[in-house]
Amino acid sequence: MSEEMKADLDLDLKGLLCPMPMVKVSQNIASVPVGGTIRAVATDPGSMADIPAWAKSTGNEVISAEKVDGEFVFMVKRLK
Amino acid sequence: MSEQEIEKKKKMSMVVMSGDMDKLFGAFIIANGAAAMGTDVTMFFTFWGLRAIKKDVRTGTTFFGKMLGLMYGGDIMKANPSKFSFLGMGRWMFGKMMGNHNVAKLDELRDLAVTLGVKMYGCQMSMDVMEIPQSAFIDGVQDPVGVGFFIAEAEESGIQLFI
Repeated sequence: MSEEMKADLDLDLKGLLCPMPMVKVSQNIASVPVGGTIRAVATDPGSMADIPAWAKSTGNEVISAEKVDGEFVFMVKRLK
Repeated sequence: MSEQEIEKKKKMSMVVMSGDMDKLFGAFIIANGAAAMGTDVTMFFTFWGLRAIKKDVRTGTTFFGKMLGLMYGGDIMKANPSKFSFLGMGRWMFGKMMGNHNVAKLDELRDLAVTLGVKMYGCQMSMDVMEIPQSAFIDGVQDPVGVGFFIAEAEESGIQLFI
């Protein structure tokens, strides 16, 4: 699913550790329009819990979060 | 509780009493995480925690104050781990290990917190006792406050931490 969808912004979060993947997503969400998406790739396994928690807390949406070849790929949608 | 009331509660207040490297990492990682999640964060630095918001300048006016400024001087990068300190060896080792794992440095995490709008305050009483003036703090630190201010902040915070 995420392969076919073109995100408004691609974020490379590889190598970053807690809390930076979540902080970077948060810092960049305002640069996409409401309804727009960020595709973020992280290597920190903790981000699989943190980024969905961030989305829940801030009222945004994680469309998909999947492990691909040892990396964690997120599609995040800005809802407000 | 309505949605709006929950929204209002997104505030965190933290007392940072420790000056230990490991505890400061915890404090600033939590502060940055909370700020990223849209939470208003107040950090109240007291006693050993004051050095975390200090510039690398000498402090102290009396003999004891100057001694303290010498023995507990420097800035946040002088923080030693609470275990395995070994006169600075532990700081060096943990610094290396964290660098190898690409963890942000303590001063970077603190400065990020300022950028993310985390409000930092020095405790007036411990600043007086330890002879550390406001001018010794980094830019972005608010004017000193007392316990009454902290309690008022904590009362309206959904999360309160003591580190």
